[in-house]
Amino acid sequence: MDTNFSKEDLAFRDEVRAFLKEAWTEQHAEERQARKTGVEPTINWQRRLYEQGWAAPGWPVEHGGTGWTTTQSFIFETERASAGAPDVAPFGLKMVAPVIYTFGTEEQKQKFLPRILKSEDWWCQGYSETGSGSDLASLKTRATLDGDDYVVNGAKIWTTYAQYADWIFCLVRTDNSGRKQEGITFLLIDMKTPGITVNPIKSIDGQHSLNEVLFDNVRVPVENRIGEQDKGWTYAKALLAHERTAIAGIADSKRNLTEIRQLAKQEHSGGKALMDNPVFQARFTAIEIELMALEYTELRVLASMADGNGPGVESSLLKIKGTELQQLIQALRMDVAGHYCGIIKGDLSTDQIGHDFADEARIDYMYGRASTIYGGSNEVQKNITAKFVLGL
Amino acid sequence: MNFSFSEEQNMLKDSVARFVQEQYDIDTRHAIANSEQGFSTENWALFAELGWLSIPFPEALGGFGGSAVDTMAVMEEMGKGLIIEPFIATVLLFGGVLEQAGSAEQQNSTIGDIIEGKLQGAVAFSERQSRYELADVKTTAQARQGGFVLNGEKTLVLNGVAADKLIVSARTSGEQFDQQGISLFLIDANADGIEKTTIQLMDGQRVANICFKNVSLSQDQLLGSLGDGYQALQTTIDKVMVAVSAEAVGLMQTLNTTTIEYTKTREQFGVAIGSFQALQHRMVDMFMACEQSKSLLYRAVCSMDDDNADPIEVQKNILALKVMVGRAGQLIGAEAIQLHGGMGITDELAVGHYVKRLMMINASFGDADYQQNKFSMLANAE
Repeated sequence: MDTNFSKEDLAFRDEVRAFLKEAWTEQHAEERQARKTGVEPTINWQRRLYEQGWAAPGWPVEHGGTGWTTTQSFIFETERASAGAPDVAPFGLKMVAPVIYTFGTEEQKQKFLPRILKSEDWWCQGYSETGSGSDLASLKTRATLDGDDYVVNGAKIWTTYAQYADWIFCLVRTDNSGRKQEGITFLLIDMKTPGITVNPIKSIDGQHSLNEVLFDNVRVPVENRIGEQDKGWTYAKALLAHERTAIAGIADSKRNLTEIRQLAKQEHSGGKALMDNPVFQARFTAIEIELMALEYTELRVLASMADGNGPGVESSLLKIKGTELQQLIQALRMDVAGHYCGIIKGDLSTDQIGHDFADEARIDYMYGRASTIYGGSNEVQKNITAKFVLGL
Repeated sequence: MNFSFSEEQNMLKDSVARFVQEQYDIDTRHAIANSEQGFSTENWALFAELGWLSIPFPEALGGFGGSAVDTMAVMEEMGKGLIIEPFIATVLLFGGVLEQAGSAEQQNSTIGDIIEGKLQGAVAFSERQSRYELADVKTTAQARQGGFVLNGEKTLVLNGVAADKLIVSARTSGEQFDQQGISLFLIDANADGIEKTTIQLMDGQRVANICFKNVSLSQDQLLGSLGDGYQALQTTIDKVMVAVSAEAVGLMQTLNTTTIEYTKTREQFGVAIGSFQALQHRMVDMFMACEQSKSLLYRAVCSMDDDNADPIEVQKNILALKVMVGRAGQLIGAEAIQLHGGMGITDELAVGHYVKRLMMINASFGDADYQQNKFSMLANAE
């Protein structure tokens, strides 16, 4: 047992730091600060990563992956977060791409992977339906084979950034006769296909990232099917574990907590730093200790993956704890904003308001409520853990 | 020992509940919150007509002479309806400080108008740097030619946009954090030298940052005696903390009821999700958090209405209540959204709006961490 970085690891860390220092320019920082709507800032950052060859660390090298060791990936994530640079949007690079390179045909790999790698296509995820949330396998959107096309009818919901998407990867029902997990097919659908309507859903943070996507006789060529018909659940399940591991967001939580410590030292109440309020301090350190543990839980999972296992059911643990801590950290930041925590900045300047991060803290806190719901709700993760880990 | 409402209190409660049921559904509330004014003047006139605006004021000033229990009864129902009209700002805060510190003349010229619904007021006590510290006052009122000159800025003033008159805390002597040396002034909101910036809060309220540049004040605009404003402000805010806690209990009850109903109808895995024990236990936790809050609420109002109560005990009851309401509100709010799943994240559903109001109550007049620290110091001093 040894968790020290080797000389090569330290050299790699320096390389990452040097890159981030140059590439994560003031402009990127400003873009993020200004919370420009749309996905352009994310795309620009992903393209910069692509130029460096670092857009898709987890991919096989032949498709553009970095071939990093587990430790190197960990170092990159930590440095990336600590520099304040955003994670890549997961839908293309982290979600659909692994399905395509694992289960797709050679043609599909050629067609989709390079464009995902270069951030030329924006993807969204068509899984949840109004009646199928935690019980995802009960989904009803239908695809019927008609010649060389599937004809898709139904509706998907909670589709993040569908309004910007070029493609959507969908789970659709192709057979009703057996178990509900059987009879599901994995389709890649061009968002420009006639019959697709995207309706916005305003969320409690006051923003528009969520959508409802309607399919009315949408024709999808059979060549856009992943793997076999009716076997989509298997492919999706393999992907869900990756998704959950990514949702934990531990490196970002670490960075956010460090930032909050600084803010709470600067923030004063009655002449005393907020960080010196014993009640606040106790809450802060309890979170810090949990996060120290979770960082090593993640490392243990990553090390096990490097040995050729999983990510298996441990990804549920990462998802539950990771999102719980994210929410606790978001709440801390709201409390540091104090009497300002409810302001909606709108068109006002920071100076007019009299506070610089309260608006962002509010948006993050409110939207952050979703993290324990999406990617398989934390309740479902606990069911999975009880069944497959505890054997109950 | 008696925890029941009197017949009169039940009538008061029913009158608010009936208004909410008949005239204040969530869509109406949204439309009002998003209107230019941010609340409905028609509703305000109706509140006056129904006598609600007179509740806390003494009979001698034309009020109902209500107790803390009376205010609680009304606030709890207002919470259930998510009422946005500025009852707290105008009646409880502005009216409260006037009742505490105003001269007979100052009270006569304002309280009657508040009761009749003709006067909107606001108390400007917080500043950019102050957080929840009432004594952290940088705004100054310097004595000049028999009067004062006011300079400084007050932030996030509740009802600061619509207010006709303001009560402003300003330093007339002492250092930044001193309780002594803070004076209160009654000012026309459109006096020369006043500039406002309107800010919307996530619960829909319009508040204002208000700058005062060389605003001239006459001697008779001083409320109470010079340099002694802190106590009147603190006493009023103590009462208001209990009132917003009653509102919070109303919000919690609605969130709990709504969540229980939702889990009875929402089906996953072929059954209502309310049939899952894991979720049932969490709704029991939500229920218990609400009941515990209600208990501290009753504890606080009973001690406030008891003339023989030990003032330190009353203070402890109020602080404990505000801490409990902050923490319970956070738990219930988070669980209500969680158990509504994706729907809980939408702006369309009422749930998120109730949660935001609960969060704003926590962040008003001192949040749970702040008050818990204060409680700890008070309890340890005994």
